[in-house]
Amino acid sequence: MLIFDTLFGWIRPGAGVIEWLWLIAALPLAGFLLLAVAGRWLPRWAIGAVGVGSVALAAGLAFITAAAFLTTHAPGTALSQTLWPWLSSGDLHAVMSLRLDRLSTVMMLVITGVGSLILLYAAGYMADDDGYRRFFAYMDLFVFFMLVLVLAGDLLLLFLGWEGVGLCSYLLIGFWYRDPDNGAAARKAFIATRIGDAAFVAGLLVLFTGLGTTDIPELLARAVQQWPAGSVPAVAAALLLLGGAVGKSAQLPLQVWLPDAMAGPTPVSALIHAATMVTAGVYLIARLLPLFELAPAVLALVGAIGALTLLLAAYAALGQNDIKRILAYSTISQIGYMIMALGVGAVSAAMFHLVSHAFFKALLFLAAGGVILSFGGEHDIRRMGGLWRRRPVVFAGFLAGAASLAAVPLVTAGFYSKDLIISTVLAAGGTEGRLLWLAGTLGAFLTGIYSFRPLFMVFFGRTRSDLQDRPGWIMALPMLVLTVLALAGGLIDVPALLGGLDASSAAHESGALAPELIVVAAGLLGILVAYIAFATGRASILPHWLERAAHTGLGFDRLYDLLLVRPFLALTRAIRQDPVDRAFEGLGRAAAWTHRWLSATQTGRLRWYASATTLGGVLVVGAMLLLAVQS
Amino acid sequence: MTTIPADHALYTAAALFALGLTGVLVRRSLLFVLMSLEVMLNAVGLAFVAGGARWGQADGQVMFLLVLTLAAAEVAIGLALLLAVHLRVGTLDGDRLSRLRG
Repeated sequence: MLIFDTLFGWIRPGAGVIEWLWLIAALPLAGFLLLAVAGRWLPRWAIGAVGVGSVALAAGLAFITAAAFLTTHAPGTALSQTLWPWLSSGDLHAVMSLRLDRLSTVMMLVITGVGSLILLYAAGYMADDDGYRRFFAYMDLFVFFMLVLVLAGDLLLLFLGWEGVGLCSYLLIGFWYRDPDNGAAARKAFIATRIGDAAFVAGLLVLFTGLGTTDIPELLARAVQQWPAGSVPAVAAALLLLGGAVGKSAQLPLQVWLPDAMAGPTPVSALIHAATMVTAGVYLIARLLPLFELAPAVLALVGAIGALTLLLAAYAALGQNDIKRILAYSTISQIGYMIMALGVGAVSAAMFHLVSHAFFKALLFLAAGGVILSFGGEHDIRRMGGLWRRRPVVFAGFLAGAASLAAVPLVTAGFYSKDLIISTVLAAGGTEGRLLWLAGTLGAFLTGIYSFRPLFMVFFGRTRSDLQDRPGWIMALPMLVLTVLALAGGLIDVPALLGGLDASSAAHESGALAPELIVVAAGLLGILVAYIAFATGRASILPHWLERAAHTGLGFDRLYDLLLVRPFLALTRAIRQDPVDRAFEGLGRAAAWTHRWLSATQTGRLRWYASATTLGGVLVVGAMLLLAVQS
Repeated sequence: MTTIPADHALYTAAALFALGLTGVLVRRSLLFVLMSLEVMLNAVGLAFVAGGARWGQADGQVMFLLVLTLAAAEVAIGLALLLAVHLRVGTLDGDRLSRLRG
């Protein structure tokens, strides 16, 4: 707590300021409404001021509120604020209620703090874009929904925020909608996360029907009381909620959407697809961890998914040449670390990495945006080089970000959080703990390679002379702040902020030093490999056939295309002919045909009718006679 | 007085019915079709009377009276229709009166 006293102690706010909690979420919403309704008449500078200012104000208020909250509330206690009843139907009483505890305080600070830095950067990055107003309106709306998600005290309200950020993600991936590829990427992200969201809804229904409430603390208390460990409803609910988290956080097997989501503007990638929204799945599991602990099998699955994802995504990142796609795969991989930590119940380790990841990944994206601007929109790192002398701020940012991502020891934030995760899973013990540790270590090695490969290729080597836009001060300032945070962010002792280490994390403190040294060595070895590959002039790290698999993200796209997309499109084509409608049309056609056939017998000829009547009479009488003779 | 066997009366009735039916089917003029219908009705009436005589029942003659009144009504309406058709269309040829074709 010492660091908090030094960081926040000077504020010394009155406790009453906490009552303004709702305003933190309301400010970005107000910004969105102002831009959406009246933005047409605002000059360009005012649009930027409203867009950035509303979130910056929210950030300021969030810091004051957090300081007041941390000084007045002990760990484990929470502040609830009921705004108004939302839905009341039968047993369902959903309430618009905000709940501030240590976990949501951390998230709130990250969202508003990193969010306002990224928005400030965006004010420069998007300055010449036609959709300036639309961009800030969407971004403010996103920040609002993200705050609703983390501050919600009711699972239904959390779901509202959850869906809202999904919507904003869709809108911002497809921001440059004139290119159909961007629209396709937006749809892909929306549909892939929707699969997870459907599981979330199902899990919510299981929880509600089983426990009869949607209030999160009440829900968890009842679950622990009423459901024995490993019981069917607990396992089902945990599994379904895990599905939601997997979709939102781009974990296996729903990770395919995140690399394509890089079609959005770079600040969007930084805020939504690196720092905040994609970590919502981590937050969800952390928030509902008592429920997951009732289902040990699902918790083990969480760890396994995290470990597998972090390895596969790290491997796929090696085969990418688009600077943003490298970062996208690294995001998937780093979230894999957080999920893996949750798999052994280490919330504080996961949240620690979430925070430092938000710093260094946002920084990496902002620096990548500066790189892309400098090379006039080029994304391919093979066509870049020698930038470090010309863009020292961008270089410093990317170096700090990459070092933090690769967990360069002692001087970076990423080192402390990743080290905590990897030692925690080892301390969890057993074969599972050792396997997870192995995955984490191997991942650290791959991280070293893929984070420094673009650094060497972009900033060193042959200098290109045709550099274009230089990022202005408005973009440099957020980068500098984030550079400091990416390096020194490890000093913010998130586990202490969350009220101390979990039992599983605390165990590692007494653990041996050797495994930690191995992890550190693995990361540094990765950086060395990247350097050797660069120094020997190899554009790719991997042999050709491995490179191909990595480049396509291990063929998940092809697999899903074959298994899901094609059958679905075939089905839509079939339904487009409307077989059911065909059947009814056939009925109508049969009626018309019968009509034509019957009306043909109405010749209008008297003789014809008389003959027909006679023939009929003869037949009937003949048949009767025949029957009479036979009987 | 010698009684006429029922068979004979029925044969006669059948012959009359066949004649009338042939008339209905082959004649073109509606007037003759109507007359042929009368013949058919009378054939049926004869069969009723013969049957009544055979079994000594009055029912046959009652039925004949009914057929007679029916025939009278039929002729009255039928002739009125014929007149109307003639006035309207100017012909009584059944083959040319086919406006009701479906």
